[in-house]
Parts: sequence; structure tokens; C-alpha cells
Amino acid sequence: MNIDSIKRGIVLDHIKAGRSMDIYKSLHLDELECSVAIIKNVKSNAMGRKDIIKIDDDITIDLDVLGYIDPGITVNIIEDGVIVEKKHLALPQRLVNVIRCKNPRCITSVEPELDQIFRLTDEIRQIYRCVYCDSEKKKK
Amino acid sequence: MRHLIDITDFSVQEIEAILDLGDKMIADPAAYGDCLKGKILATLFFEPSTRTRLSFESAMLSLGGSVLGFSSADSSSAAKGESLTDTIRTVGCYADIIAMRHPKEGAPMAGSFKSTVPIINAGDGGHNHPTQTLTDLMTIRREKGRLNNMVVGLCGDLKFGRTVHSLIGAMSRYEGIEFVLISPPELKVPAYITQGLKDRGIPFTEVETMEEAMPRLDVLYMTRVQRERFFNEADYIRLKDTYILDPDKLRTAKESLSIMHPLPRVNEISVKVDDDPRAVYFKQVRNGRFVRMALIKTLLEA
Ligand SMILES: [Zn+2]
Repeated sequence: MNIDSIKRGIVLDHIKAGRSMDIYKSLHLDELECSVAIIKNVKSNAMGRKDIIKIDDDITIDLDVLGYIDPGITVNIIEDGVIVEKKHLALPQRLVNVIRCKNPRCITSVEPELDQIFRLTDEIRQIYRCVYCDSEKKKK
Repeated sequence: MRHLIDITDFSVQEIEAILDLGDKMIADPAAYGDCLKGKILATLFFEPSTRTRLSFESAMLSLGGSVLGFSSADSSSAAKGESLTDTIRTVGCYADIIAMRHPKEGAPMAGSFKSTVPIINAGDGGHNHPTQTLTDLMTIRREKGRLNNMVVGLCGDLKFGRTVHSLIGAMSRYEGIEFVLISPPELKVPAYITQGLKDRGIPFTEVETMEEAMPRLDVLYMTRVQRERFFNEADYIRLKDTYILDPDKLRTAKESLSIMHPLPRVNEISVKVDDDPRAVYFKQVRNGRFVRMALIKTLLEA
């Protein structure tokens, strides 16, 4: 795979330098059949340094997971070698089965079939709360 | 279909409507004596709380309805390993409305997702107890004739006291409310609550003795200070008298003060206060029955 020219696929751009492996794991890119390139410490005018991930296939990416990890990432959709869509992310209002509640008194600790659901309650401080027990999860 | 899981599930207007209905029921209980004839309330108490269960059952019976249920987890199917969701769906086939108490936080919320009938949270661990808050709001409104423009003192264990947290949340929605938080440093209101008050510009002060706040208070909401919340016995002994209300501490209080307590009390209000006209905690219990009647009727007709 020529990492500069993807014919059809996805490029995740503006990843904070050093975060690309987290994203690789969280999006389960290791389970893909297609080629995936992680490019680290690319010089960037806006960010100083950034990481980029190129995926050589048109897969479905969980934008909520990605937005939660880093809302600054840009998702470029490539078709026939050109960018056909640029998606800008935001912190998702709701997270379903992305993070887990760690409160041992929470109902989710004893009812494993329940979805782990969090809602964004404070956009400025980036605080999510478990919808069941209201436990706080500050975004790292 | 509506549930009551957290007091803020209801808007200020919806709460007003329930309190209005509760007032009408107090004024003329006979008029509502069989308005829920043929309806069944299930009380699912996965942890025992006789007091709360009786208040729900009394409320349903007062409306002409019937009740069924269980009063501890070991007599329920949960003891056989059934999921909460399955229990709720099953009971929904037998009853028209469910009042549920559970030791785990968020259990009523989890139950409500797949429920075919309205769920009322009758207490989920140390988390929420919205019908207690409705009771408190009903009592304040009946005593004061309003829910806005007053100084509300909350005293005792403000760290773990869920009734206090819910009441602060509910009263914060009215104009002109100021809170005075009276507790030992070890049992102060959690930071996320005071942060929330700051964010919304709601005035509050934190003090360590009742005496310094007493003259300004319109409502004094007492809670229990439990021995097990303290690291050592010496601290408990030192502090416990500070948080016991007696006639002496009331000397500087307003004539119009309302003294409240979610009950049961241990010793944080001296029995000598019981005959003071400002003591309204037994009226509060009675209000609890009527506000639950109003809630059940409202949810069944929603
Ligand atoms: Zn939780």
C-alpha cells in the first residue's frame, strides 16, 4: 500500500501526537483484513506534530468512540483517490458501551446484560455521567 | 407512559400539578376513595423498608386500588438469579404500576427501559428517593404557601444524605432560594453539588453550627448523623450534640420556621421540640401518603 494515495478508504487526520495507538486499539483496527497505516509525528502547522491513520477500505467507524477519544480528529472519506467527505467530530452527547461504570454500588455491576450508557452533562469540563447511578467520568 | 426515577424527570409545572392534586385529596379524600378501583400496584422491595412500603400501599388502598409484591430480595425471583429486566416484564403482566426499591443505584432506571407499566423509584441505594422529595416539596408548599423566595437550612449528614441532595436539586429550580448548609467538615455536601450551585448563581453558605444560621432560616431540614460515618468515636461524641436540635437552639429562630425531618429520627431532634408548632415532621409523613396518591393517579392516567 502506498500510504500517500488511498483509492478508497478513510484517513483519520489531526490525531494528537502519540494517541494513534489508542485509537487503533479502541476502533479495533487490528481486526481488519485490509491494510492500515499509522503515521506518527507528522509535522503540522496547526498542531506542531500530529498522528495520522490511513485505512485502505471503506469501513464503518464508530464516530462516537472516536469523538470521545479526541473530538479534534478529522475523518476524511476517500473515493477514487479524492476526499469526498470531511467529517468534523464533537464530544458525543451519549456513549453506549464505550466506557464502563466503575461504581461498585451501580446496578450495572450486578446486571451484566445492561448496556453501559453515559451522557455528557458538562461540555466545558468534559464530564460524562452514568445514566443509572450518575457517577462521574471525567474525560482524560 | 411516564416513570418517576429522579425528581428532575418532572418539570416544575408537573410537580405543581401533582402537589395541587395532593392538596385536593387532603381536602376531600372521600372524593378519590375509589378512583383507582380495579388497578393494581406492585411494591417490589429488593431491600426491606417497611415505612416506605406501607406509605405506597396506604396510598394505593386509599384510592380504591389493590396491592401485591414482595418485601425483600430473598423472597423474590432475583434470589433465583433472574435478571431485573425479566422480573419487571413479568410483574408488568400482573400489575398496572410498580413501586420499586433496590439496594443498587440506578436499578429503577434499568427496570424502566423495558417496562410496560410506569415505574416509581422508591429508593435506590444512596442515590435517589424522589417520592421523599415530593413529600418534602408538598410539606414546604403547604407550610409556606410557596416554593420560592426562602432560606432553606439543611443540617446533619449532608455528604451521604440522598434526601438532602435531591431536595437541593428540586428547590434550586425555584426563584429566590438560598441554602445554608450546616454540617461538620467531614460531612459536607459533595463538591459536585456546590459546583452546580455556583454554576447557576444560586446563593449558599456552609457553616458548622446551627446557631449561626438559625435567625435567618425559613425551613430547617434535619437529617441523621450516623455513628458509622465517623473515623473515630471521639469525633462522633464531640460533634453529635452540635447537630441535635433542642428548644435552646430554637430561641433565635423565626416564628414562621418549619422544622422538617425525613424520619426515622434517632436523637437529632429532641422530643421536647415535638410540641413546638414549628415542628412539621409528622405532618410530613401524612403528606407523604397523599402526595404518593396524587403521583400514582397521575402516572396511571398519563
Ligand atoms: Zn453507574
